[in-house]
Amino acid sequence: MSSFISHPKFTCALGAQQTVTAITRAVPIVHSGPGCAVKVHELLGQGQSYVGGGTIPCTNTGSKEVVFGGVHKLDELIRSTLKVLDGDLFVVLTGCTSDIIGDDIGSVVEKYQAEDIPIVYAETGGFKSNNYVSHSTVVNAIIDQYVDKFRSGNGVEKGLVNVFASVPDQDPYWEGNLEELKRILEGIGLKVNILFGSRSGGLDEWKTIPDAQLNIVADTWAGVKIAKHLERKYGTPFIHFPYFPVGGEQTSDFLRKVSKAAGLDSERTEAFIKKEEERFYIFLERMADFILEFRYGIPRRFYTVLDSSYAVGMSKFLVNELGILPSGVFISDNTPERWQKTVAEELENISEYRSVTPVFETDGEKILLEIDKDDHRNRFIILGSAWESHYAKQHDADLLILNVPLTYRLALNCAYIGYNGGLRVIEEIYNGVLETYRS
Amino acid sequence: MSSAVKTIIPKINIDLPEVTIREVRLGSVTNFTGTAKELLELSECGSLKDKGRAFSQSTGCSSLNAFCQLSGIRGVVVINHAPIGCAGDFQSFDFVHRTSLEGFGIHDYNGRFYSTDLLEKNTIFGGIEKLKTAAREIFEREKPKAIFITTSCASGIIGDDVGAAANELSREFGIPVSPCICEGFRSKLWTSGFDAAFHSVLKSIVKPPRKRSNKVNIINFWGSRIFDDLLNELGYEAQYIVPYATYEELEYISEAAATIQICSTLGSYLGAALEQLYGVPEVKYAPAFGIEGTDRWMRELGRVLDREEQVEKIIERRHREIAPKLEEYRSKLSGKKAYVAAGAAFGHALSALIQDLGMTLVGASVYHHDAFYDNHDKDSDALANTVKTFGDIPNYRVCNKQLFEIVNVLYNLDVDILIARHPGIVVWGAKLGLPTFIMDDEQYAFGYQGILNYAEKILETLDTIEFTKNLQKHSRMPYTKWWLTQPVDTFTIGGSSK
Ligand code: SF4
Repeated sequence: MSSFISHPKFTCALGAQQTVTAITRAVPIVHSGPGCAVKVHELLGQGQSYVGGGTIPCTNTGSKEVVFGGVHKLDELIRSTLKVLDGDLFVVLTGCTSDIIGDDIGSVVEKYQAEDIPIVYAETGGFKSNNYVSHSTVVNAIIDQYVDKFRSGNGVEKGLVNVFASVPDQDPYWEGNLEELKRILEGIGLKVNILFGSRSGGLDEWKTIPDAQLNIVADTWAGVKIAKHLERKYGTPFIHFPYFPVGGEQTSDFLRKVSKAAGLDSERTEAFIKKEEERFYIFLERMADFILEFRYGIPRRFYTVLDSSYAVGMSKFLVNELGILPSGVFISDNTPERWQKTVAEELENISEYRSVTPVFETDGEKILLEIDKDDHRNRFIILGSAWESHYAKQHDADLLILNVPLTYRLALNCAYIGYNGGLRVIEEIYNGVLETYRS
Repeated sequence: MSSAVKTIIPKINIDLPEVTIREVRLGSVTNFTGTAKELLELSECGSLKDKGRAFSQSTGCSSLNAFCQLSGIRGVVVINHAPIGCAGDFQSFDFVHRTSLEGFGIHDYNGRFYSTDLLEKNTIFGGIEKLKTAAREIFEREKPKAIFITTSCASGIIGDDVGAAANELSREFGIPVSPCICEGFRSKLWTSGFDAAFHSVLKSIVKPPRKRSNKVNIINFWGSRIFDDLLNELGYEAQYIVPYATYEELEYISEAAATIQICSTLGSYLGAALEQLYGVPEVKYAPAFGIEGTDRWMRELGRVLDREEQVEKIIERRHREIAPKLEEYRSKLSGKKAYVAAGAAFGHALSALIQDLGMTLVGASVYHHDAFYDNHDKDSDALANTVKTFGDIPNYRVCNKQLFEIVNVLYNLDVDILIARHPGIVVWGAKLGLPTFIMDDEQYAFGYQGILNYAEKILETLDTIEFTKNLQKHSRMPYTKWWLTQPVDTFTIGGSSK
């Protein structure tokens, strides 16, 4: 790995402000320098939504606070935020300035908590981690300081699960992806706390987190710390499916594993899978004519420049269900070492016939230099971000933008995981191909 | 302008390691409620004081504004010595520059920006070694003509001596390596970042002139090459700076025949510096927005470039050319009520334009206010000119881009259209059911043609009423009813200028 980052594809710990804005009627309060919240939004956000981007309350820390401390300013900001903004949960997040000078924000926020105001805090100074890590820090803070206090207290509810699968806005398609996960999990008979986005039950749903029978983690590593925390705190077991399931095979595999872990009726699960697979494979069958017959060149090789959850799921899908072969699997989320091993194992066994060795690298320019070493005799596709757009164009390659920064795409509710996500990937890849032949 | 003020303002000094921030250098403020005239009077008598806010929203920081300029220079690389979050603007400017350069006929632009990705251990043991290692690797890979190192809150607070490291690296690589001190917490005015970038460019790239050329510097953001025709007609050549100039072109911007600014908020420091240090005359009149403003600016341009007669002819011709359309638009727009939200210089410019079109300016929110400009010249003051031409502007606010205040004002004023200059604002107008547009292309409104462009845009926008009414019906409003009905300066604290 290089000693620096080029082509940034994630942001700093403060990126977890997007975790907050993804919760219905939750309001972040940022105690940081004046630019941070806006810059996070530049990279991750599309639209301010309820309270995002330049709407986010911020202390806009200046020299005075750096020298004399910023707790007073934060206190004042919280007090006024409660009057100005209409929210059901307020989440105080710190930036570099506060964490380096050592502001004791706990003492400020606890005062409000003592009055039963729904407010929590977490230290998210930019240098502490990236936003994949701080996502779990913030979710755990909400669990400890809010959910635990206001929990419904109904006790464990059979069939209820919490899903931790996608880091909001870091996964630009989180909303659609979570909708699809909710749909398929409900399909096998579960009641699903999806927690983020318009399909969740908002904070009332959060209050039932402790009641879940099982926690489901469906990403490589970002959600694991949350599930472990809940296991310790409430004794809830969890199942970890270490990548985004994409398409027929993976999604069915995912559902079977969940079904088993939750002790569900396997017949019902199989019935649902059968119905979904039938639909999925009718489409696959239909498009097979096209990919086998189209004579003007379609991508035969792929590269990923993606985070680990997408990279594994997409690689498996492209190899096994579309016959597009890997030329390079680059993983750009600064995967912790312990999870690099998991990823490597998954890719080593990508299919019966081949194995892939991933490259972990956060210097995007270096990745492109590596890709450029290949002779590109065949048309290829890059699954990456806006940063790969120029290179792809120069080399007449196809590009599917799945990672932030999006720049050249508008994301609403489309999903790239699950059965529907698989279909979507197929449509987009080959629409992209056909588009290049438009006169 | 009293001569007392002139002696208070320090002259440009590029030997300083960093440029003095605007609140100190230009008496800039970020909070004011009153009328434009009151603000001008306070600025003039030197008693304008800034006020804080007990509620505030994220505004933006100098590092972004420094980066937006440095990242557009062709042939250099920018290293952001910071945690990765500060690099959130890398992609945005890669996109902006790439798209604009297509219009300049340049198709191979690749943003070469790097983050040192400062981590917790660096905040304890210092980040300088990490910076140097990164710079060496990047130098080897890219072989740039120069390297700029922009700073961050983290690097600033832990006391990393970026200046010393830059010197060492500069000797080692044999190219300019220039620190740009622009961490967010240093200045309340994110526009201080422009000055920081220009200071670095002046220090590390610009050389003394060898001769005078027939080029005219245009201190510009991005956009299109709108000055080419005018300057060619006058026998000069437009040279757009700082974005899209090559390293080599920047070396000799000191030789230009004059400097023009597209926006005095942007170019105040660089324009003044080039005149004071290298004798490049600056066209000091406020940029050409609105008829009256364009006439004044054109005449000043003619004077500076020694083309007064020719300019008179152009003015006369252009007036004639636009007259029929202008009349048509004026009759359609007359009496419409507009509100403006924009950076200082553009806020003033837009205010003039709107009134030129016969519309009523109900009020304005500008992001900051510079009590004076670096050139100390009163003619540069667009607000003063606008007020002189059209009279006082009511509901005049300096708002530091605080959306809660803008929403409050719009909620309470009777307005037909909102015109804003920056992203993040327009959507709130629309959510309140107001036809709204963003003037993000600063050149669109420039000069005589700009007035017509602008009128067309306003008419087109007023025509989007179905969309805005529908959006209003279905949008969530995060502000409490209580806040929407409070006086806009409820959370203003301190100061005594009002
Ligand atoms: S940490 Fe400082 S320099 Fe970085 S984005 Fe925030 S305010 Fe700007």
